[in-house]
Amino acid sequence: MNSTATGDGFCVIFTAPMEVLETKNKNKKYKPILEGIPDWPVYQLSKNRKEFIEEVVQEALTRVHSLRPSPRQLAEELETTVYREQQRMKRNRWRVDPPDEPRFWAKIKEELSFNADTSDEEIAAKTRELLHRIVSRYANEIAGNFKPSSYKFAREVVKFWFSRLLNGARVKKFGAFFRNQYTLRDKIHIVGKVKHLRRLARQGTVIMVPTHFSNLDSILIGWVIHSLGLPAFIYGAGLNLFNIKIFAYFMNSLGAYKVDRRKKNLPYLETLKAYSTLAIQKGAHSLFFPGGTRSRSGMIEKNLKRGLLSTAIEAQRNIYMNAIPGETPRKIFVVPVTLNYHFVLEAPDLIDDYLSIKGQDRYLPEADKYGSWQLLQFLFKFFTKGSNISVSIGQGLDVMGNYVDDHGNSLDAEGRLINTEDYFKSNGQITVDLQREDEYTRMLSQKIVKEYHRINRVFSSHLVAFVAFELWQKKYPRLDLFGLLRLPEEDQVLEYEVFREACQRVRKQIVKLKKEGKINIATHMKSDIDTVIRHGLDNVGIFHLKRPLLMNKEGNIITRDFNTLYYYHNRLVGYELEKFV
Amino acid sequence: MSSRSLSDKPVGVIGAGNFGSAVANLLARQRKVLLYARDEKVVKRISEGLPNRGHVMHSNVVPTCDLAEVAEECEVIFPIVPSTHFRAMMRKLARHLRPYHILIHGTKGFDLTLPKNETIETVAQLDRTQVKTMSEVIQEESIVVRVGCLAGPNLARELAEGHPSATVVASHFDEVISIGKRLLRNENFQVYGNNDLVGVELAGVLKNIIAIASGALSGMGYGENARGLLISRGVIEMIYLGRALGGDLRAFLGLAGIGDLVTTCNSSLSRNFQVGFKLAQGIPLPDILAGMDEIAEGVDTVRIVKKCADYYRVRAPITSILYKVLFENMTVNDALQYLMRYPLDVDIDFL
Repeated sequence: MNSTATGDGFCVIFTAPMEVLETKNKNKKYKPILEGIPDWPVYQLSKNRKEFIEEVVQEALTRVHSLRPSPRQLAEELETTVYREQQRMKRNRWRVDPPDEPRFWAKIKEELSFNADTSDEEIAAKTRELLHRIVSRYANEIAGNFKPSSYKFAREVVKFWFSRLLNGARVKKFGAFFRNQYTLRDKIHIVGKVKHLRRLARQGTVIMVPTHFSNLDSILIGWVIHSLGLPAFIYGAGLNLFNIKIFAYFMNSLGAYKVDRRKKNLPYLETLKAYSTLAIQKGAHSLFFPGGTRSRSGMIEKNLKRGLLSTAIEAQRNIYMNAIPGETPRKIFVVPVTLNYHFVLEAPDLIDDYLSIKGQDRYLPEADKYGSWQLLQFLFKFFTKGSNISVSIGQGLDVMGNYVDDHGNSLDAEGRLINTEDYFKSNGQITVDLQREDEYTRMLSQKIVKEYHRINRVFSSHLVAFVAFELWQKKYPRLDLFGLLRLPEEDQVLEYEVFREACQRVRKQIVKLKKEGKINIATHMKSDIDTVIRHGLDNVGIFHLKRPLLMNKEGNIITRDFNTLYYYHNRLVGYELEKFV
Repeated sequence: MSSRSLSDKPVGVIGAGNFGSAVANLLARQRKVLLYARDEKVVKRISEGLPNRGHVMHSNVVPTCDLAEVAEECEVIFPIVPSTHFRAMMRKLARHLRPYHILIHGTKGFDLTLPKNETIETVAQLDRTQVKTMSEVIQEESIVVRVGCLAGPNLARELAEGHPSATVVASHFDEVISIGKRLLRNENFQVYGNNDLVGVELAGVLKNIIAIASGALSGMGYGENARGLLISRGVIEMIYLGRALGGDLRAFLGLAGIGDLVTTCNSSLSRNFQVGFKLAQGIPLPDILAGMDEIAEGVDTVRIVKKCADYYRVRAPITSILYKVLFENMTVNDALQYLMRYPLDVDIDFL
């Protein structure tokens, strides 16, 4: 590595290769599509927060009652709920959990005891009342609280500090700290169907479904949404994130609602779905991470959680059902997004989780080891030491997974118009058929996975990690994954020439796939292969204590951490590139 | 769209072959049926009240040669055309279809997409990206998602005579299954539902291979012991192949699997059975095919499945040996000798 500019001293050492390679940076600033915050659907929601929550409660009650029609069934369901909640409080309590929780559930439990001679009417009345209390509690817990003032404040804080960090760290001149030579846009590349997305957001309700690799994703996406000039989206953010105070502040101000993955009881899930459905129906742009949790293996998610996804389909059906004749019903657009990193902060722990579950030797409960301080450290490293991120925006889909054009029309493969409403019709009428919609959700999730693979942007670091791991795998064909990971790292050396040729072959295949529209590549992948490899080695897992891939003094390839290498390798699994290594 | 109820909307049937005509007559017991035929002469013949392929058509069956009319008039359509023409037919039909349409097909064969100037024999490998079931063709070629299939022991002639019989309607959608039941069910005809669409389709396709083999055994003059052996080993071969191609075990144990297999293997009415029967008598394949008025799906199925079995590394002795008989001039007698010496002695190893 050497510096290209002379005057700027050592700081350029880290950043130079990147900037040489990443030349086509067309990122620009976008004007907001809606002028004032009061016009934003998310603001409307929180302005009428109380009424909205009441609506959610009513909707959730209807759902639970229809799923558990008899009073005895409902009583049984509530008993299960209480039991599970008490188990949760006993085993896995978090900082964000309200202190009055144990009392609340103890009270419910007490009131839920019926004698053998309690009449059905009494049980019905009591369970109805208890369910109402439970659902109201959940709805209040889930509901976000968007405040324009704190939204603006958070936005400015992020912008100010990010920009200070960038400029202060990169331009080592007196006063550089207060310059605006670099902005976040130099760091985060937004590529893909940006204008298309902006147009869709004007005409309908957008549901953004990004891949999920890191806890940082939510903040990143928040920034992307803002910088594309879109009004704030509502998030379903994991409640565990609210344990970290910095996150909690940003999340709250960005319109996040809380999703608690520990709670799997029926009333909770139905309340959550009711919240999401109603918010979408009211036109609030939403954001789901359909993978549910961060990808543990580093692979692009294959099995999406269908719970929240199904609310998009349900909301669209309700919109069609409630449409006033003569008015065009508001359409819902699903926009897949992939986040592409050279480095994932949590990679070592994620892959550890993945391997221990897959290997089944021990079980690790989900624990987040990153507090505010670790996060700040990471952010500082991120801004001061290169390593760009790119965000690829995919083409919009209707809720059935058909592509939509800029005007929001659904199109079939031949470019003919499709009326999305017809999917919900039976016998000329829009009907409610939950089994049908389950199936639609499955189809939509398959389509989203396909789109992820298509818009996934390959970085040099993904390439080198993939090739290196596959080469080692090939070297020891008899070892299974766990055997391979146990190989002593210090013995492992790949000859540069062999490695280089394999990289070349795989890159060629990736370029071929790109031409077929099955994958995407970053600009820096187009340089000559030695530069690409160099760039990949410099960036892959750049901030880990033990680097997954390095070049030794002899110029050959070595690893210091097989597990994280496996993690970064997984990013390119699913394209059948193995054959080309 | 008006809100006419299901009962007064006509149902479409595409393809006026033997099975298509039988299904049209079954459906016509309850409502008006639009029967599409490519050939105008067939349309004329039916509208004049003359029998079609030996079926006297019900008065509720209205023939047409206009696909657009079928799509316009009917929400539920049964495409029943040979697998080799299926994709071409779907391409023509697709532009008239809307997402509210429900398609339940009755074709037991594979669709094959090969690169230009390649044949099944010359192509390097054959896998599921090239070999599709009819429901997959429907979804690839049109925007229809509510798709189902008919399968089971349904010999057209027995259906026409009203013998007791049953069918499976398979679909991912309960809605499709229940509509299929409502439309088809009568006092002599039972309808079952299954959610494993691809499994049921595969069972229906793969059993044609065993049917040819069964015909060959009969042609050699062998009796029920031999057939019992063939059917039970045949089911196992179907299950292995079916799993490799994306089906679930259970579909093969039901009406569409064992039910259809036993029927076809015992029936001299079946076209696939007849192919095997004539082969055993030493008649060359081209002559047999030239003498048939409809396509025996099993012959192409053997070619396709043999190649797929190679790719997925599934042991399929009956299919491979049948391939040799059909296309490499092995005699039925030699084939039988080979199979009897086949080194495999575990009865059931898939459960």
